[in-house]
Amino acid sequence: MLFGVLYFFVPLLGTFEFSLRYLRGVYSLEAYRIVLADPRFGATVTYSTALALATIVVGVVLVVPTAYWIQLRLPGLRPVVEFITLLPLVIPAIVLVFGYLRIYNSSSLLPLTGSERTTDLLLIFSYVTLALPYMYRAVDTGLRAIDVRSLTEAAQSLGAGWPMILFRVIFPNVRVAVLSGAFLTFAIVIGEFTMASLLDRPAFGPYLQLMGANRAYEPSALAIISFGITWACMGLIQVFGRGAHGQVAGAH
Amino acid sequence: MAFLEIENLQKKFAQTTAVEHVQLEVTRGEFVSFLGPSGCGKTTTLRIIAGFEAPSSGAIRLDGVDITHRPPHQRHVGMVFQSYALFPNMTVAQNVGFGLKVAKKPAALIKQRVEEMLNLIKLPALGNRYPHQLSGGQQQRVALARALAIQPQVLLLDEPLSALDAKIRVALRQEIRTIQRELGITTIYVTHDQEEALSLSDRIVIMSEGRVEQIGTPFEIYNFPRTSFVASFVGTLNILRGQVADPARGKIVIDGQEVIASRGLKDARVGEVCSVALRPEIVSLGEAAGDGNRMQGTVEDVNFLGSIVRVRVRFKDNAISLDLFNNPSLSLPQRGQAVTVSFPREAVLALETASSM
Repeated sequence: MLFGVLYFFVPLLGTFEFSLRYLRGVYSLEAYRIVLADPRFGATVTYSTALALATIVVGVVLVVPTAYWIQLRLPGLRPVVEFITLLPLVIPAIVLVFGYLRIYNSSSLLPLTGSERTTDLLLIFSYVTLALPYMYRAVDTGLRAIDVRSLTEAAQSLGAGWPMILFRVIFPNVRVAVLSGAFLTFAIVIGEFTMASLLDRPAFGPYLQLMGANRAYEPSALAIISFGITWACMGLIQVFGRGAHGQVAGAH
Repeated sequence: MAFLEIENLQKKFAQTTAVEHVQLEVTRGEFVSFLGPSGCGKTTTLRIIAGFEAPSSGAIRLDGVDITHRPPHQRHVGMVFQSYALFPNMTVAQNVGFGLKVAKKPAALIKQRVEEMLNLIKLPALGNRYPHQLSGGQQQRVALARALAIQPQVLLLDEPLSALDAKIRVALRQEIRTIQRELGITTIYVTHDQEEALSLSDRIVIMSEGRVEQIGTPFEIYNFPRTSFVASFVGTLNILRGQVADPARGKIVIDGQEVIASRGLKDARVGEVCSVALRPEIVSLGEAAGDGNRMQGTVEDVNFLGSIVRVRVRFKDNAISLDLFNNPSLSLPQRGQAVTVSFPREAVLALETASSM
């Protein structure tokens, strides 16, 4: 335990302490001021946040109905789908992005890299792939906690069609699980480097790398800030998870 | 005229046949129970009526309309599940009003109907609670109210009381019957609990291995079981094996003692091994007046069950259980005591012989 704490926190404290030493002889937040004043910081964080939100929307729309349908009608396919969702963990991002570039380059049938907007689209889809293991697992766990089949059939017998069942009955009952998946997705997307860099998009990950290569104190400040963002996401998962515990328990 | 008609229904899953040639006509306002052990096809039949399963063949007609291929949300059939299946994200009132909201009824009408339903299930003050704040019995009442709120043509209940404890089960089943009578709603009730089926139903459908064994009133099913399965599944039963001595007179020899059955042996042959059934409550201890059957045996066991005392008497290979009503002045027989038991001729039910099954 103590070893673990030291292993994680000593480098972090070292980085934090280093980030405060921008001005010789005194501790100051000068490095943070410079980072926050840099227009590229704001621009890349905004860009990555927008892409993260889009990734969450696409991911949720893709994963929730899929996981629901597999649980309800195709339980035999569950191992296959679990395997597919795990693939992004074993296939390196660089392999994925080279695959994308080969299939969607500007001289291909579907030239997604032809313009900035369509490249953004491609980046969103690649982020959805990267976040798939986390999003799928979160949603699947949420669905297993409720009696999907009975709830669906109860709603059907009361006259509800599929959209009504999905949005009024299933979705609200896996809200917490979806939110966990969403925050994990956000944390992954905000610091992602490989995809954004190779697709040449102005995301926060490549900006971190650029600063790291050219500056001394600012990268440490940035590292602390991105840790802060990730931890905030984790904290929010905890907050929402606890808030709805009673509701999920009520499903049993 | 039949309100709900189930015609030659069949359901096959890969290698197994879950439901085989089920045929049933239910009149309007009737309470029919499907009773049978696990895996007998009762729930599958109910799910086909609800539209959750498609039959392999056969048809279902509701009020003269063929609904066999209609999706569940267009059948106007109310369903109550064993697991309650209340929507955890909605309050009791929202749960009860869900079907009406789906049907786009005006808010005022929904409010009024929800109040009516909550009064019907005697939980008028719990509209704002969430399902997890209710007991199991309360949750199942809300599920019943939710199913009834849409004024369905048929109410289907799939083992609704199985998850509840014994006292609540008895209270709630009476409540279900009272509400059903009050509303006059045609009801199909699936259960594996014979007491539930016997006490609630107008008619019972006994199922085994996907087939209907017998359809009849609780009285008919209990007193005149048509097959050995029905006889053994419903109520406690003594099965005695003997040899046919005189088919015309209904005479059988059981462990060397003569017994007369008033019917059911006409087609049997002399010397054939046959089984007869006897309900424990029809057998009395000691000599009875008249020309009933008498057998001599030894008391093997005496079990005190509260309102009744069950005495087991052994002849030779066969044994018989009989029930005595408990009262404080009852003198109980001792184990090993020689006794005479008697029972009327018409109480001896000849079951199908192995060769005729």
